[in-house]
Amino acid sequence: MLLLARRSVVRTWRQPAATVFPLLFPILLLAVNSGGLRAETHLPGFPTHSFVAFALAVPFIQGALFATMNAGTDLARDVETGFLNRLSLTPLRGAALLAGQLGGVIALGVIQACFYLAVGFAAGVRPKAGAAGVVLLLVFAALIALSFGALGAWAALRTGSAEAVQSLFPVFFVFLFISSMNIPRNLIATTWFRDAATANPVSYLLECVRSLIITGWDGEALGLGFGIVVVIGVTALTLAARSLPKRLAR
Amino acid sequence: MRRTLSVAEGVAWRTLHNVFTNPSLLIPQLLFPLFFFTAFAGGLSRIRDVPGFHYPLGYTAFQFVFVMLQSAAFGGVFTGFGIARDFEFGFARRLLLASPHRTGIVLGFAIAAMCRWLVTAAFLTAVAFAVGMKVGGDGVDVPALYVLALIVNAAAILWATGVAMRLRTMQAGPVMQMPVFLVLFFAPVYVPLGLLRGWIHAVAVVNPLTRVLEAGRSFLAGTPTEVGAAFGAAIGLALLFSLWAQRGLRKAEAAG
Repeated sequence: MLLLARRSVVRTWRQPAATVFPLLFPILLLAVNSGGLRAETHLPGFPTHSFVAFALAVPFIQGALFATMNAGTDLARDVETGFLNRLSLTPLRGAALLAGQLGGVIALGVIQACFYLAVGFAAGVRPKAGAAGVVLLLVFAALIALSFGALGAWAALRTGSAEAVQSLFPVFFVFLFISSMNIPRNLIATTWFRDAATANPVSYLLECVRSLIITGWDGEALGLGFGIVVVIGVTALTLAARSLPKRLAR
Repeated sequence: MRRTLSVAEGVAWRTLHNVFTNPSLLIPQLLFPLFFFTAFAGGLSRIRDVPGFHYPLGYTAFQFVFVMLQSAAFGGVFTGFGIARDFEFGFARRLLLASPHRTGIVLGFAIAAMCRWLVTAAFLTAVAFAVGMKVGGDGVDVPALYVLALIVNAAAILWATGVAMRLRTMQAGPVMQMPVFLVLFFAPVYVPLGLLRGWIHAVAVVNPLTRVLEAGRSFLAGTPTEVGAAFGAAIGLALLFSLWAQRGLRKAEAAG
């Protein structure tokens, strides 16, 4: 398993597109949105005077989308190139294979989170939850990377095609945009959009990160965020584990 | 001239045939602008309550113009992806060999991108009217908005063509896409220029697309402003990128 984890980390690292793009693109969008939407902080009831602090949660979730794509694409490529077939000749267990494959994604997720936090610090954002809150944010980032990476792995094992995995990206992007990404849910004026954002689990992941940055320790937001990410992770890992025997037929 | 047009017609027909018979190309082209329109106009409609926001037609119309221009620009870029794919699979090289006048290739892709975008624009407009978008412009103002967007579409496809013909690989996608994305989002996307503050305001002031966006919104509202600057900026970009595309074509020819 450790060898596969090392391979996953090294492979992620050797693809500049898989590391640079997930780091820079969310920050670019953060810069654009925090400049363009700064006026939103004048709305009555907006929870902070700094839109950067409000929007800093978004890169964390965008990073998770990239984690999904990276994990899924890499695993699908292993299916396409026959690497998984060769692995099936070894006594490697399915769970170890999955854990190893997700190693690079988790490492990248934590590095992404550190980078986003550093950019936030440079822009003057100070998390209200303090140093312990920052540690919890990193744990949350690792969990998000694991859960969404597992979703990508499931898609890869199910379809066996890197192209099919990449076609999932727009679907995840819809979930991100139809959420409280740019405005708190209680300030969304369009009823159907507010309802959709409320039903969308991504809103709670964003609000979990956001609570540590702009509110402090909010048990409800943390409970919902961690609860949802654990449910996504367990479900995705279970589905991936069930799909694995078909690809590792011995 | 006739031979150029004949090549252009063939290239345009093939590109349009590929797009309109392939759901994986057609559906994203229609759904992405709709999705952005929904996310921006629906999710951010409270911005109309921000002090200083005075667009008379409301936030849906305000965002419609941005999404319209964005779909025009990205329609051009998506057509550029097709050119890169043609190079990667070797079709473009055969096309270069077979064409009596190769400028027709660039012209053909540009015509295809425009036709492709007109379908997206019609779809987006129908949806905008269906959700109750108000229009203040008359029979001259509103078509002027579409003409402006069409010129932006031409500029974008010429930019993407230049990149595709220089790099000749599908990995050129981000190089085509990222600058267009930046130019679009460094304009006053969410609020009028007057409400932007800080560095984004400074960038938006010098961004040529800001003029286009502000003029487009004024056309829809029926109070045209900055018309000369907007058309000047759009036509200037299209001319500049036509030179870029032509030089790209020469580089592709030289590469064999």
